[in-house]
This record gives sequence, structure tokens and C-alpha cells, in this order.
Amino acid sequence: MKLVKISFIHVAVLLSLFLGACTTAQKATAPAPAPAPVAEGDAYTGTDTVKFLADGVPDRVFFSTNKFNLTTAAVNSLNKQAAFLKANANLNVTVEGHADERGTREYNLALGEKRANVVKDYLISNGIASNRIKVVSYGKERPANPASSALAWSQNRRSVTVRPN
Amino acid sequence: MIQRIVIVVLLLLFQQSPLKALVAIDITRGNLDPLPTAISDFYFDDSIKADDSIRKSRLDKKIPELVQNNLQRSGLFFPLEKKSFIQKPEVAHATPRFEDWTFIKAQVLVTGKISLDKNQRLRVEFRLWDVVSAKELSSLAFFTTTENWRRISHMISDKVYERLTGETGYFDSRIIYVAETGPKTNRVKRLAVMDQDGHGVKYLTLGNELVLTPRFSPDNKYVTYMSYFRNLPRVYLLNIEAGIQDLVGDFPGMTFAPRFSPDSKRVIMSFAKDGNSDIYAMDIKTRVVERLTDHPSIDTSPSFSPDGSSITFNSDRSGTQQIYTMKSDGTAVKRISFGEGIYGTPVWSPRGDLIAFTKFFRNKFYIGVMRTDGSGERLLTENFYQEAPSWSPNGRVLIFYRETPSDDKGRGGNAKLWSIDLTGYNERMIETPTDASDPTWSEILTKK
Repeated sequence: MKLVKISFIHVAVLLSLFLGACTTAQKATAPAPAPAPVAEGDAYTGTDTVKFLADGVPDRVFFSTNKFNLTTAAVNSLNKQAAFLKANANLNVTVEGHADERGTREYNLALGEKRANVVKDYLISNGIASNRIKVVSYGKERPANPASSALAWSQNRRSVTVRPN
Repeated sequence: MIQRIVIVVLLLLFQQSPLKALVAIDITRGNLDPLPTAISDFYFDDSIKADDSIRKSRLDKKIPELVQNNLQRSGLFFPLEKKSFIQKPEVAHATPRFEDWTFIKAQVLVTGKISLDKNQRLRVEFRLWDVVSAKELSSLAFFTTTENWRRISHMISDKVYERLTGETGYFDSRIIYVAETGPKTNRVKRLAVMDQDGHGVKYLTLGNELVLTPRFSPDNKYVTYMSYFRNLPRVYLLNIEAGIQDLVGDFPGMTFAPRFSPDSKRVIMSFAKDGNSDIYAMDIKTRVVERLTDHPSIDTSPSFSPDGSSITFNSDRSGTQQIYTMKSDGTAVKRISFGEGIYGTPVWSPRGDLIAFTKFFRNKFYIGVMRTDGSGERLLTENFYQEAPSWSPNGRVLIFYRETPSDDKGRGGNAKLWSIDLTGYNERMIETPTDASDPTWSEILTKK
């Protein structure tokens, strides 16, 4: 009886050690908690593939899978785009909406359209006239990164603000 | 642009017996044992002189070979080796010695004769024999030209298929698709059309602008598709014979995901306005537009039921992509997909009883079918990426496209057309000269 009890205790201790180890390991690799009200999801946060409309004005923002809401990073970038467009009042732009390749073609066209319009609406709410902004959705037709990887897909879920040629 | 071929005379030589043949194929249960079929060479009869150039066409070999390829690809027939045939084509065509064909385990036999009539018209006659019960099942002759031999072969294949399965055939039909070339980040896409067996690819656009999702009208006169002409993504209508393209409607934004109504008179599609996609229908003649859905979510990929009374479509109004049905006036909207994962591209079968779809679940893509109330979901094939099924005219086969993954340099990814039987058997790639996507099957070219 006693022996059995001890072994139970041992198991419990081992388990707690194991769980504890797990928890610490997770803590070590987890990114700093986002201060933003908006969840970042699996949106790309790096700078590869990003181009610039002007010095310090990124041309694109990234979205989470199947989402079209703006992340904190996206809002930061769009604030810079809005300031840039205010400073260049004669410049019109097109916002392209894009999706990753992990979805049906027709749905992705609609999703790209939603993403481009969310960006357009944000720029309008920051004082840019709506007639200066066109939108076009490319769905999954024009990936920025051609690879079939989680990284590439996150870089392809984007809107890109482009100057007309 | 597609050459219309008129079959001058369809001459029924023997009335088909109302009784079912002893030899018959049950196509509802998968093709576990395809029917052993002997397809004899055809022969030129004496009306074609020995030095006539028609003999150089080798149609006596080419027509039966094409019939054999069609029947074999259906998965329902097992063509027997020609070198095991004992009887000569002309003897077998007159009256087969059935023992000779039973001996090589043939259950049915196809024979044929090519001749010239009094007016020097080419006449191709075929006969289908039931070897087991030693009788003729059907016989038909076509008047044609040597250039049309493929059409004739497809029509013969359809007749054989129909007589032995009791279903309409699908070999005399075409497939429209998007031919893809160039790097993945800047793909060049052209509309292409070909026979259902992959032969005779013709390109309908030059590739100057992105084109997507072409669909035949049920009367085979039009194609509707989406084009980025002048960087304005819109739905277009192409009159195939006249080669004239027209914008469908005058929408102040993107229109996409077009499909015809069963009477070929209307196009249904999505129109995206201010980030919201809803479903609209436009009458081709009157240009009158009707809005069918009005919901802040994405509504797209509409497809009519064959009787025109209902529409199935894709919506994420529940929070994820799911399949819905509604009446064709937009009322009685009902969600029908409730399985795990997300669902897209619903297409109503030409028989009316099933809806084919794409499903994404645990990082895999599936092509499946369900009944029109959402019950009886059956997944036919699983892969890294595949979508957009389209039904064969008889509702027995689905064609779709499949993509392979690319590596970190963007290499290795390709897009190809595949077909699979409704039973889940007989999955096959359809060879195309380039990468290919968005296939749609036409109706049978010669309607009865």
C-alpha cells in the first residue's frame, strides 16, 4: 500500500516537472505579447518583399489567414502612407488586394477585394479623398513570393499601394 | 472560332431492341471489372479504289483506335489486344464468328466499314455486337469528311457507351480551360479549348491580360469568363462563332465567378462593391440586372440547378466559407454544408441530384460531392491543392485542376487538369501542352 502511494507521488512529481519544463520552454520562445487591441494572428511582420513609396513609407501591409482586419503593424504603415499622400496631394494610388494560394480562386478574388477596401477606407478616414484611391483585387494570381510555404503565404496575404505607371 | 460540324445524315440501320442486352455495365458501383471489349480495325470497302487517297488517311485504323482510347479512359471498358483477334475486319463486320471472340474472352465487339456513297460522300458505319448472346446490339452510319474523323470517332464512342451503360455518353464534347505559362509571380494566362481527350488545343486569347474561370454556355455558343482587360477585372461574354467579346453588364467594380443559366439566356456572377461581394444575374439579351443576394459577407461561385429553379453558392456569412442553396429569385437561402473544414466552388450536377465542391480540411484539399440538401457527403480525392470541379455532360465524371507545391525558389509547382469518376475511381491526368487550370466541360456537341 505504502509503496503504491509513493509511486503515485513520484509520478505526480515527474509530471509536474515535465509540465513545468514545457511551460518554461514555451515562454522562452514566445514573442513579446502584442500591446495592440488587434490580434496579429499569422500576419507577416518582417520586412522582406516590402518596397517603399518614399523613404520610410512601406508600400504594403499584411493580413492573417482568411482575415481582412488591419493589424497594429498595418495601421502603423498606413499612417505613414496617409501622411505621404497628404504631403503629395496630386498623387493618386491604386490599392491592390492579394490572397495566398491556399484558397479557391473565386473566393480569393472577393477576399483580395475586401482587403484592398479596408486599406482604402483607412486612408479615407485619415483624410485622403476617396477619388484619389482605386482598388483592384488580384486574388491569388500575383504572389510576391512564389514558394509554397507558411512564410511565403504570409507574405502574399497583403495589400500593396502602388503609384500608377 | 470552334468549327461547327454538321453531320449530314445519321442513318439508323437497325432498330435498337427495347430489351436490355445481356452484356451491360453497371456504372454506379465503380469500375472494378471493366468490360472486356474487342475493337476491330475498320476496313475500306470496294467503293474506295485501291489508289484513292482516302486509303492513305488510315482511318480504318485511326477511328477504332480513338474509340478504344475513349472507352479505355472511361475506366468501364478493357480493350483486348488487337493481335489476339482471329477474324479479319471485313468478315467480322458482316457476321462475326462469335466463338472466335468468346475464345479471346471478349464480351462485346465493335466492327466498322468505311465507304463512298454514289455522291462520293464518305460513309463510316459501325456495328456493336454482344458476343455473349451472339447478336447485334446497334449499328449506325455517319456521312462525313476525312477531316472530321475525330468527331465521328467520338460519336461512335458515345453510341457504344450509351448502348452498354444505359447512360448518355460524353466523348463528343470539349473542355475550355486556362493555359498557364511563365513564372508563378507573373503568370501568363490564355483561354484554351480542346476536345475532351485533350486533342486539338486552340487558344482563344493571346495572353496580354489575365483571364480566369471560363465557362461554356449550355448551347455551346458562348463562353463567359473573367478578364483583367485594361486592368479592370470584369466578366466577359465571348461569341465563339463570331469571335466577338462583350462586357457583361456595366458594373462600377469587379465582376467575377460567372456561370450560365441552363437556358443559356442569363449569366450569374459576383459583383464586388466597396469590399462586399454579392450575387447578381444578368439577362444577356435585355441586359437587365437582378441582385440575388444582399449580405455583408462574401457571396460567390454561384451555380444553377439544371432545371433553373435553384442556385447553389459559396458564402462566409457563418464566419467560414460554406455552401448554400437558394431559389433562383434569391429567396429561401439555406446553408447545406456542415462538415469539418471549409467548402467552396459548389457546382450543381447535370442530373440535379448532387452538388460537387472543393473542401479544405487540415491543410489538404478535397474534391467531393453531396446531395443538394447537404447530406451524403462523399470525398473523391485528396491532394496538396485542387479545386473547381466541373461535371461531364452526363454527370458521371468530374474534371478539376490540381497544383503541386513550389520550393523556396518557386520551382516545382505546376498546374494540371485531372478527371475522376463520380465513384471515386479512375483518376486521370489530362495532358495539355502547357500548365492548365479552371477547366469546364461543354455539353455534348451534337444534341439529340
